[in-house]
Amino acid sequence: MDSIAQTIDAVLYWLAQPNILNILVLSVAKGGLVLNIILVIAAFLVWLERKVSAWMQYRDGPNRVGPFGLLQPLADVLKLYTKEDISPKNADKFFHRLAPVISIAIAISILCVVIPATYIYVGPEKLKFYFSVAPNVNVGMLVILALTSIGVFGVTLAGWSSNNKYSLMGGLRSSAQMISYELSMGLALIGVLMIAGSLDMNNIITSQANGKWNIFFQPLGFIIFLVASFAETNRAPFDLPEAEPELVGGYHTEYSGMKFGLFYLAEYANMATSSAVLTTLFLGGYDAPFAKELLGLQDGTLLMVLVQFGTFFAKVFALLFFFIWVRWTLPRFRYDQLMNLGWKVMLPLSLANILVTGGVMLLLKQFGIL
Amino acid sequence: MNDFILAAPLVAMSFLSVICIVVDALSPKPGKIPFMFAGFSLLGALLLTIPTFWYHGTAFQNMITVGGYSAFFDVLFLIGGLLTLFAGRPYIAREHFDHDEFYSLIMFSVAGMMVIGHSNNLLISFIGIEIMSVSFYVLSGYLRKSIRSIESALKYFLLGSFATGFLVFGIALLYGATGTLEFPAMHAAVVADKLNFPNLLTVGIALVLIGLSFKAAAFPFHQWAPDVYEGAPTVVTAFMSTAGKAASLSALIPVIAAVVPQTNWKVGMVLAVISAATMLVGNISAVVQSNIKRMLAYSSVAHAGYLMMGFVANNPNGMTGVLFYSAAYLFMQIGAFVIVSLIEKENDGNLQLADYAGLSKRNPVLAALMALFMFSLAGIPPMAGFFGKYYLFIAAVEAGYTWLTIVAVISSMISVYFYIGLVVTMYFKDSTDTTEQDSKPGLAGVTLAISCAFVIILGLFPQLIEKLAHSFFM
Amino acid sequence: MSLQVIMFMILGVGAIVTALGTITRRNPVASAMNLVAHFFMLSGLYLTLQAQFVAVVQVLVYAGAIMVLVVFVIMLLNVGKEEAHHESFTIRKVLGLVFAGAIVVQMLAIYLGSSPSAMSQLSSKSLTLGATESIGTVLFNQYLFPFEVISLLLLSALIGAVILAKRKVD
Repeated sequence: MDSIAQTIDAVLYWLAQPNILNILVLSVAKGGLVLNIILVIAAFLVWLERKVSAWMQYRDGPNRVGPFGLLQPLADVLKLYTKEDISPKNADKFFHRLAPVISIAIAISILCVVIPATYIYVGPEKLKFYFSVAPNVNVGMLVILALTSIGVFGVTLAGWSSNNKYSLMGGLRSSAQMISYELSMGLALIGVLMIAGSLDMNNIITSQANGKWNIFFQPLGFIIFLVASFAETNRAPFDLPEAEPELVGGYHTEYSGMKFGLFYLAEYANMATSSAVLTTLFLGGYDAPFAKELLGLQDGTLLMVLVQFGTFFAKVFALLFFFIWVRWTLPRFRYDQLMNLGWKVMLPLSLANILVTGGVMLLLKQFGIL
Repeated sequence: MNDFILAAPLVAMSFLSVICIVVDALSPKPGKIPFMFAGFSLLGALLLTIPTFWYHGTAFQNMITVGGYSAFFDVLFLIGGLLTLFAGRPYIAREHFDHDEFYSLIMFSVAGMMVIGHSNNLLISFIGIEIMSVSFYVLSGYLRKSIRSIESALKYFLLGSFATGFLVFGIALLYGATGTLEFPAMHAAVVADKLNFPNLLTVGIALVLIGLSFKAAAFPFHQWAPDVYEGAPTVVTAFMSTAGKAASLSALIPVIAAVVPQTNWKVGMVLAVISAATMLVGNISAVVQSNIKRMLAYSSVAHAGYLMMGFVANNPNGMTGVLFYSAAYLFMQIGAFVIVSLIEKENDGNLQLADYAGLSKRNPVLAALMALFMFSLAGIPPMAGFFGKYYLFIAAVEAGYTWLTIVAVISSMISVYFYIGLVVTMYFKDSTDTTEQDSKPGLAGVTLAISCAFVIILGLFPQLIEKLAHSFFM
Repeated sequence: MSLQVIMFMILGVGAIVTALGTITRRNPVASAMNLVAHFFMLSGLYLTLQAQFVAVVQVLVYAGAIMVLVVFVIMLLNVGKEEAHHESFTIRKVLGLVFAGAIVVQMLAIYLGSSPSAMSQLSSKSLTLGATESIGTVLFNQYLFPFEVISLLLLSALIGAVILAKRKVD
């Protein structure tokens, strides 16, 4: 047992050396790990969604493949892989193929700057081994916003390249919707950034340490960000880009086989990403208020990291459950209602939130509390 | 906080113009409340400028200047905005375009002009010019149902954006040459000959001059002016051909003071040629126009040429002339255009010179006022226009540009032909149509009264402003 | 060769290739997507200069906001493939070449005219310039006034766009 621990320690120690080769190897390894984790989570979410919806509708849901139907997603993926890959005759083949790739790639790459746990000390010099792919990006929050804003290209290109009017409508709807809600999203988190005083994800999390989560100080910001996340992921009640009754299947009408599978996966990957970002911003990230005091854990120990991982994923899954819950509870918005909500309610509210946050912070500074 | 008090008129104007939009949105009926709000805002800002006359300095980390000629231009632009507001309300009501954004756009453009006047940094000049231009693009296309209005807005926008490109490029090169955008620092760098690339300075000045000549409609970048001024709503034309022009040229004051020290004045010749060509082209083209708006548009091109004489001279007298003439020109041109807007009928009717035949019989007051403004524009002695030209010409002669003064006198003589021609048409030609009723001036009467009063007062007591303006440049 | 130089070369070549792609593609969407890729390359180049904030904002504003609108408009107007122009040697092309040449000469003159010491000084200064903190500090102290006044400019443009584009007149 000790020898295994020592070997791991030695490997991590080697990886944590700051030279080009090690950085490259480490990045690729971490990236691969994130990719696999997100795919497993997405597959699990597919199962969860079906189970939860079934539960809400007094059905059983998938229960044939594996225990509790847990292997159902695997069967789904196998089915999608073996299906014929059709692309429409007049479609732009290159962009038709590129669109789902963009969608899923953006969803996954955002996770590079998300920090699920801090670091452990490795080796004799107590080098820090970080657990996120890009641990010390000092503009981390902006990276997330930037990549989110790129994500819209996936859906838009899918709609355009299919050469189908329903697809095009879906693509246009999604780009309009995403642009509209990106604004409130970006403005809603300014309150958080003001409290943290930094764009660095580490600082945002440490500013919420010991239960001072932003959800308590920024409830409005949290709600706005949450709603905007629904819109950004094109989930119900904002799933207008694929609204079946009006647009057949929206932007992925013409997609089949694994290309459709990628879109399907991207939706769940996006959910996971949004939940991870929400957790980081408003729920204190990996912060478990009791860990240090009750369990007597120190920063940089393996146990502490395990607790952090556990806390983080618990929060993420709570949010994911909420996503699913909302989808099977609320009806779809009408398009004008969506736009009115975005521009006339959320945007002014998020601006007001900034104003109030700034004012309160200024007052607290005046009285010397902050 | 001190900065905010120092720059009170500008700050107040910026805030109030933003609040004006909210007032527009909240007021139940279009018209009265936003108009009153805009009017009182401009008046309030006008009152706030008074104390700044006695202060000379900078604010906001040397970004803007306070007092001096900035205060003078503040007053000028605010009065221009007020005059336009009064004339605009009946005008847009008659054209059935009584939307409240008109007032906030006027306020935005006034704020932009004030920013230009206060600029102590090329960056600020640029932002001010853009605020003003963007408001003008929209205002000139304000009558959305009129195809001419749309055409004018589109032309103005496309060409204006192009000119903005030149301006930005020029600013970038000036920054590259001097390593700063602040006028005093730039001046220091030029004087100490601490330039990174001396040639960049020349190219930079040339590009900035191109950009600003476009905005001020000077030769050879004046072609847009007649089309835009003709198509835009007449009241807007009145505003942008006067205050807008003065603002664009006021941007030149610090630029020239900073980048061209008196010792090494090469650009003067270029400016002199531009000025001479602008006067001649403007006045000669105006002679052959049959549409009164086009005629006044070309005449406004010519006036940009006169104003540039002050920059050619580049001495205290020249700058004084620029300030005085800007004021005189503002009142006489706004007055003339407002009368045109009153005579005008819906859908671009009644705009030919022939339509003014016999105006003295149908509406003697308007005809008399028009004659007054025409005399002033032509530079007939007791009016404000005469003294403006007088100061400019004297300054140019002092600076050794006698030939430019001769050109200016000749082109003034040409301009007398069409200015007086209009008066002759009004008084000595009989109208074919005697039944038509001319509209009552309404609120526009206020504009006319104020303009008329200032044209006469400035003409009778020119020293009032001349002394004041001269003190700014000593 | 340091990692920075290697990255610079990869990104530089990528930037040129995508820029060429932007102007040579006949299909407007392909052209736009090349431009998006180009912005990514530029953003990478900024990263090699330690300007993280500028790099991210480049993607956020240009690739994420402006180009989305461009693609949006292309799709709304349903712009087809640009038809092949058969102009061989027009005044436009000559002028374009002359101006492009002028800019190249200008860049070379600046590059050759500046001493290496000045460049290294500049780069050590720019290490802190690109960081969010320094941008924020400068923006809200020295450049407070232009920063606030620009909001007026944007607002007036916004109102103008609404007025001109409103479907119903009243």
